[in-house]
Amino acid sequence: MPDLGLEILLKGQNMVRLLEGLWIALRISLTAVVISIPAGILLGALMTRKNRVVRAVLRLYLEIIRIMPQMVLLFIVFFGTTRAFGWDLSGEAASILVFSLWGTAEMSDLVRGALISIPVHQYESGEALGLRKVQVYRYIIIPQTFRRLVPLSINLITRMIKTTSLILMIGVVEVLKVAQQIIEANRMASPNAAFGVYLAVFLLYFIACWPISMFAKYLEKRWR
Amino acid sequence: MKDQILKKLVTLGIAASSVIALTACSGSGSSGGSGQPYRTLEQIREDGTINIGVFSDKNPFGYVDENGEYQGYDIYLARRLGEDLGVEINFVSTEAANRIEYLQTGKVDVILANFTVTPERSEVVDFASPYMNVALGVVSPNDNVIESLDDWNSEDEMIVISGTTAETYLMENYPDIKLQKYDSYATAKNALENGNGAAWANDNTEVIAFAVQNSGYTVGIPELGNQDTIAPAVYKGNTTLLDWINEEIQSLSAEQFFHTAYDETLADTYGTEYKESLVVETGASQ
Repeated sequence: MPDLGLEILLKGQNMVRLLEGLWIALRISLTAVVISIPAGILLGALMTRKNRVVRAVLRLYLEIIRIMPQMVLLFIVFFGTTRAFGWDLSGEAASILVFSLWGTAEMSDLVRGALISIPVHQYESGEALGLRKVQVYRYIIIPQTFRRLVPLSINLITRMIKTTSLILMIGVVEVLKVAQQIIEANRMASPNAAFGVYLAVFLLYFIACWPISMFAKYLEKRWR
Repeated sequence: MKDQILKKLVTLGIAASSVIALTACSGSGSSGGSGQPYRTLEQIREDGTINIGVFSDKNPFGYVDENGEYQGYDIYLARRLGEDLGVEINFVSTEAANRIEYLQTGKVDVILANFTVTPERSEVVDFASPYMNVALGVVSPNDNVIESLDDWNSEDEMIVISGTTAETYLMENYPDIKLQKYDSYATAKNALENGNGAAWANDNTEVIAFAVQNSGYTVGIPELGNQDTIAPAVYKGNTTLLDWINEEIQSLSAEQFFHTAYDETLADTYGTEYKESLVVETGASQ
């Protein structure tokens, strides 16, 4: 067996530090998810409205967020707001803000897509059966929309968790930064530790994202 | 390659945040909070905590040990500054690419992150007195020690890590030397050990550490190119803090503090042989 430097993980508090780093990454991304999903559903529904002004404003918001790399957004919110307004956001607050803005924008577009993918005859058939508008949404449109949304939002959520690896650029020491610290602290003594440590990071991300995938699978089955 | 993309993104981010800052400022006269973005010596003392930007992954200068404690040569100085100032230290983990931005937004009071003094940087931050020297170095196997680059055998290749100062220096000054480029420390190390190249050029601290820990290799050229220095940096114009740090470094130099710091933090990696060439005690020379 090649030397993977796994013993480094057991040195001192290293494993605990990695787990703490994972907790920070999850705390930030999941807080943002909790904000993004309802906000995204609301904006997504608004995007299907006929009102041109509302649609244009939301479209602009979506496009700006989608075009900007997350790293640039992080820099703007973390350093830019300090320069411009003198706000001193912590790295964690800035990350939650950026991830929520990003998550909301992407979620709203997913919701919009899921809503307009429901064919018009579904609405019309509902009305033909004598359902009121609210009932059409409650019993016909929303269930189908949610089922279509599940795999898409799981993609988004796991992507948000994994993208926390960027927040080390604004000084938040999350799991990947801890991994780099561990590798570098032992660089001379065990230069191969990178394999073992990154393997551990891979497993940690996996453990974090896997239950979410399983939950999605469960939902999809239940809503079949 | 990846680093370059990262660097571009960071530059883009900084540019974008500056643009926003500019528009915001020109719109409302001078917003920007309460006066200057930095904290004076007095304000730091009153607050009781100093924010110091350091590396958390550059052993042995600034790194985090297995117990989660910051350690290293830069940290050793940082702790002493905090102690003599009578304040707690809040270490902020910075990256090479965002050190200046941290200072300019006042998110840290001092940068002690192995910050090399360059003319470009001096335009945007104020450097205090230096506390270390850096240069490039070349390490080669004992059976063919290379002590000068002037009679380089054109068949031989030089190992470098992409994106380092060594790479740029050699390409500019010795365009005839064939370079073998590697992405990481580990791959470059393997290449030298496997005899893929005749020698390895890098920061002299790096090659010295390598030669100290691997018998059979010698640093034939310990100082190549310009000698640079490492110094603390503060917000441009933060004179109270700058003056205090300069006085502090002067009095520390009088007690040979940086020699002690070397013994405590760097000697394990570099041995004692290079102490005099790496350490700067500024007090005397200024």
